[in-house]
Amino acid sequence: MNLDEALHTFIAESRELLQNMEDALLRIEQSPDDEELINAIFRAAHTIKGSAGLFGLDYIVAFTHVAESVLDRVRNGELHIDGELVAALLSSCDHLVELIEHLAAGGGEPTAEIQEKSNAIVSRLNGYLGAGAVKTTNVALASEPTCTSEGGGEVETDLWHISLRFGKDVLRNGMDPLSFIRYLSTLGEIRHVVTLLNNIPPAGEMDPESCYLGFEISFKSDADKATIEGVFEFVREDCMIRILPPRSKISDYLRLIAELPEEDMRVGEMLLRCGTLTQSELDAALRLQRGEGKEHQRPIGEVLVEAHMVQQPVMEAALDKQKQVKEHKSAEANLIRVDADKLDGLINLVGELIIAGAGANLIAQRNGDAGLLEATATMSRLVEEVRDSALKLRMVQIGATFNRFQRVVRDVSKELGKDIELVISGAETELDKTVVEKIGDPLTHLVRNSMDHGIESAEVRIAHGKPAKGTLRLNAYHDAGSIVIEVSDDGGGLNKDRILKKAIERGLVNEGDSLSDKEIYNLIFEAGFSTAEAVSNLSGRGVGMDVVRRNITALRGTVNLDSVEGQSTTVRIRLPLTLAIIDGFLVGVGTAVYVVPLDMVVECIERAAWENAGGDDRYLNLRGEVLPYLRLREHFEVEGEPARRENVVVVRYGEQKVGLVVDRLLGEFQTVIKPLGKVFSQISGIGGFTILGSGEVALILDVPGLMGQVVGEKERAGQNPEAMRALN
Amino acid sequence: MNVNVTNENGICRIGIDGEMTIYSAAQTKEELLSAMAACNEIELNLAHVSEIDAAGLQLLALAKREAVDSNKPLHFVAHSQAVLDMLDLCNLAGVFGDPVVISPTQH
Repeated sequence: MNLDEALHTFIAESRELLQNMEDALLRIEQSPDDEELINAIFRAAHTIKGSAGLFGLDYIVAFTHVAESVLDRVRNGELHIDGELVAALLSSCDHLVELIEHLAAGGGEPTAEIQEKSNAIVSRLNGYLGAGAVKTTNVALASEPTCTSEGGGEVETDLWHISLRFGKDVLRNGMDPLSFIRYLSTLGEIRHVVTLLNNIPPAGEMDPESCYLGFEISFKSDADKATIEGVFEFVREDCMIRILPPRSKISDYLRLIAELPEEDMRVGEMLLRCGTLTQSELDAALRLQRGEGKEHQRPIGEVLVEAHMVQQPVMEAALDKQKQVKEHKSAEANLIRVDADKLDGLINLVGELIIAGAGANLIAQRNGDAGLLEATATMSRLVEEVRDSALKLRMVQIGATFNRFQRVVRDVSKELGKDIELVISGAETELDKTVVEKIGDPLTHLVRNSMDHGIESAEVRIAHGKPAKGTLRLNAYHDAGSIVIEVSDDGGGLNKDRILKKAIERGLVNEGDSLSDKEIYNLIFEAGFSTAEAVSNLSGRGVGMDVVRRNITALRGTVNLDSVEGQSTTVRIRLPLTLAIIDGFLVGVGTAVYVVPLDMVVECIERAAWENAGGDDRYLNLRGEVLPYLRLREHFEVEGEPARRENVVVVRYGEQKVGLVVDRLLGEFQTVIKPLGKVFSQISGIGGFTILGSGEVALILDVPGLMGQVVGEKERAGQNPEAMRALN
Repeated sequence: MNVNVTNENGICRIGIDGEMTIYSAAQTKEELLSAMAACNEIELNLAHVSEIDAAGLQLLALAKREAVDSNKPLHFVAHSQAVLDMLDLCNLAGVFGDPVVISPTQH
């Protein structure tokens, strides 16, 4: 079979379903009695089986069928969910992913290796069916519809009768009516089929791509009505499908006869030929029909329920399912899959538009034309909105990334023999898609580290008076133009003395240095710590932490660590919301112009206001708070005399504040971040550049970088212990 | 998909080679009908039909009906396994009214 469009859809849907299935399986371990979850898992398996049947993927159908049977027993309360069953189901979920990927890669029949794996899992699952398989059938039989007789009594046969009239577009939509019948035959035995070819129009009018087929099928099966209906789920919308259960009343057949588009006599004949009705039953039905002919026809659903023919639950289930399908369809209709490259192209264009808009604005200001000024003002507002919505397009919730860790935590905790619970919060926090993609690896590293070395074994925990079950938390929230992601555990925390000793040994700090706790903890992000030796000495904490930091720095983010010895460890990752465009604040020093990310600016104060307020060469007194500051003029070695009235821009990043002394404040500016070339990679304190409306280049300040320098310098100098305390 | 036509003593032998599916249905219909229009008795050889779906089935039915309407005998011969499977599934072997030869190996 070619990888045509429908198959692609099947693969994409199956991937999503399997993801849902995995999520539900992971959650069900915590709440084994949640019927919603059990149903969700069952539905996923069921839908995959149904769709695979349509494509003739028998090996997927066969495999899923076993898993579905086990799930059905769970659903019926015959099996109880426990860790082992979840593990078995998870492995079959994994295997299904494998099968789907094999299919997506264009592989035909599964290889012997896959087949072997299939068999192993199937035999594992069969362990759960065992004697229960017989029992299931019994249950199904017992719950068969009890029909009260009406209008001529029941018919004799124990066969289902299915009438199908396929819609014109079925073939065009990539579905083959024959495959439905083929799939139906996997649910039971097709006793007889009558294929209707009469609706094919004369040669001239016949469109070879339209479908004109109809089928009358008599079918023997122990499956319930919902299952049989499920076979036709994909064509329910545009096809006429009537399913009559075994031993239905004659009046139901009568209704069927009346509903089918063909002439009554012919339908009668077909039912006869199918073996659904006997001649006498048919005669009785037709007689009855003539008698009833004049009566007002009631809606079919009403009649069905009233006649107790359809079990109420069956009816509800069917309606429910229909509703779900509809809701699913409408939700799908609201989503468009877009190539990420197209989005990037759009963002780039918006970036250019902002720069061009700034140019127009500048010319308008120079000319002083009021009309033009107004027009450009409106335009910049609109451009800003376009920018925001373009950036929003790339925002995704972090929840999906977090949820992946459910599986990691489950597997690793089994592996380590520890009982660890993952608690997720802030899953709805949004961030740029490119950031999400790149944050996965560092996060995995941190999570594994926490589980491996942070959380102690159950015995140690109990000995320390903690609950035996360890908790790992993933949290995310927005703060000052960044997103903060926290990975925390309630494990043993870090041993300060040992880290310090190690750091001195490695020559990272000097013996006499006085370091704050935080600084000591953050030493584990230093490259020197990631050696094999450190693993044993520091119980492995810090292995590869420098790699984590490097990954995060590459995203213009920072990472730091908090720990309370014996109680907890929290790693906090701080990332910019977007990598492309920001709101900037322009400041001037001499002739140069710099951009400070607006989200980090807290306030601007005239330098002169501090003349009398105290403070010294390195610190300012900001309403009683000690504020270290930095003269940009000195830092970037700008020549010329300082302006008479200097300003201080107070910026905040994380928990720290710093003042930047500049000559002029130039106001807000939409900044398209352009990366600096490799030549400048060694320069610290600058994160990129942007192009101003005038065509001039302005450097974007890397506030975290500058801040690290300022705070580091001042603290190492150790001149003001009071200030140091305040900052920590 | 190819439609090969050979004429022999007024009997037109039409061979369909390849798949008879929705993908080629339009082309098959056109070629089949024009080939049928040009002769008086038709033998439709299905030996090389590799795959057949509902669209193919409709075309076979259409050909049969056209032949009956225009009083031209039409025989389906040498059904391939794919065609046999389809006819079996739809229980149409009788409707098409031609002897279906089942070789021992196929059975």
